[in-house]
Amino acid sequence: MDINKLERSIGILLTFLIFTGQSAWAQSTLYATSAGQTSFFSKTPVEDIKAVNKKTQVILNTTSGEIAVRMNMRDFDFPNELMEEHFNENYMESAKYPTSTFKGKVDQDIDLTKNGTYNLTASGTFTIHGKSQNRTLKGDITVKGGEILINSEFNVSLSDHSIDVPKIVFVKIAQNIQVKSSYSMVPYKQ
Amino acid sequence: MNILRLLLSSLLIIPLTTMAQDDLMDMLEKEAGETTVPAVATFKSTRIINGQSVETMKRNHLDFRISHRFGRLNSGAYELFGLDQAVMRMGFEYGITDDLMIGIGRSGEQKAYDFFGKYKLIKQATGARQVPISVTLFGSSVIRTQRSFVPGEIFAFEDKLTYTGQLLIARKFSESLSLQITPTYLYRNRPELPGDQRLLLALGIGGRLKVSRRVSINAEYFYAFRDNTTNLPYYNSLALGVDIETGGHVFQLHFTNSLGMIEKQFIGETTGSWGKGDVHYGFNISRTFSLDKKKKMVKN
Repeated sequence: MDINKLERSIGILLTFLIFTGQSAWAQSTLYATSAGQTSFFSKTPVEDIKAVNKKTQVILNTTSGEIAVRMNMRDFDFPNELMEEHFNENYMESAKYPTSTFKGKVDQDIDLTKNGTYNLTASGTFTIHGKSQNRTLKGDITVKGGEILINSEFNVSLSDHSIDVPKIVFVKIAQNIQVKSSYSMVPYKQ
Repeated sequence: MNILRLLLSSLLIIPLTTMAQDDLMDMLEKEAGETTVPAVATFKSTRIINGQSVETMKRNHLDFRISHRFGRLNSGAYELFGLDQAVMRMGFEYGITDDLMIGIGRSGEQKAYDFFGKYKLIKQATGARQVPISVTLFGSSVIRTQRSFVPGEIFAFEDKLTYTGQLLIARKFSESLSLQITPTYLYRNRPELPGDQRLLLALGIGGRLKVSRRVSINAEYFYAFRDNTTNLPYYNSLALGVDIETGGHVFQLHFTNSLGMIEKQFIGETTGSWGKGDVHYGFNISRTFSLDKKKKMVKN
């Protein structure tokens, strides 16, 4: 009887500790930005296709290494507005698939509380145009003072994400689009 | 007890860690909130076919536009069904802001120069702020510079002028269907034919139906409220066409009973009749240039 009571109270205590501990711990190790830069580039014989999204949202849990990236496709800014319209209307179908996301975890065990620059990879689900792929993306991460900077470069294959290139386009668009991202994050405040 | 603790801990930690990734995404979604999404590309071009659409040129973008209307299909094989003759309009259009544009054009027909402005008054949107329709204002004046066929007759400057005002009201019903109605005010200081009225009111209706992601079928009709319908050779303008979009260009190919490509001509002076086969094949081609130097230097 007494032991049962003791066990129950330990159980409650444990539960309490785990919950409060988890949330306090989680709060202190989240880094985020809503002004991350994601750009892409594709070379064609006639003109280069490039665009930048300066409103990319990123959140990183430095303790667990989990990371989430989210952007609105309509926030991609093109030098030519007509191209931007075609990108949203025909290629990305932004009305149907408004966002692109990456949801993953840093593969290496790195202490992200220490200043320094680390090369790493992150694996997870990469979703564009409503089609998800499991990807491992390379990048480097710089911890300096209270800030964390992530830089990453990778390719996106159009066919992997069912992005059709029209047959009547005179200009050949490369199958692989080069993507660069740069996310400067500060401690996340709720 | 040790087992109990282990069980408890694992039960509590496992759902927390597995959920954490989704939590991060949820946090981002919550942070982003609900935004207002404007309806883009109600029409592919600033014209439905002959008439203006609610679309305007974007800021610092210049459009060079060439339109052709060939002769009548019923002119027969000798004229290669109209292809031996062509009238042309060339024009430049420029976006001062994302909502305000100006344009200038020159038509071979009547050697007419047209000057116009367009302003987006209301923009259709969904999401946080919902707006059911788009409304754009259009105003133009035309100087007709062709000399009189009557020897010795010289037109006064005022007599060469025509004015058009339009309210372009459109709704993008779905990704594929957009419709527009266009109440039109047309004032001719000197109508082309005696007996025609100076002030002509008209109502246009037009629309587009996308049949694939890059091709749409367009139609357009203008009903002119004309007092004198018996003695004048004029018909209402009807045009049917397709828009084909190829990267940076939009090609518009169409059939219409109107030869002119400016409001005064196709709304007020269409002499062809679909019933008699007085149909012209025509096309509009435009190429848009971005003059925005700052935006051109987007870093990779």
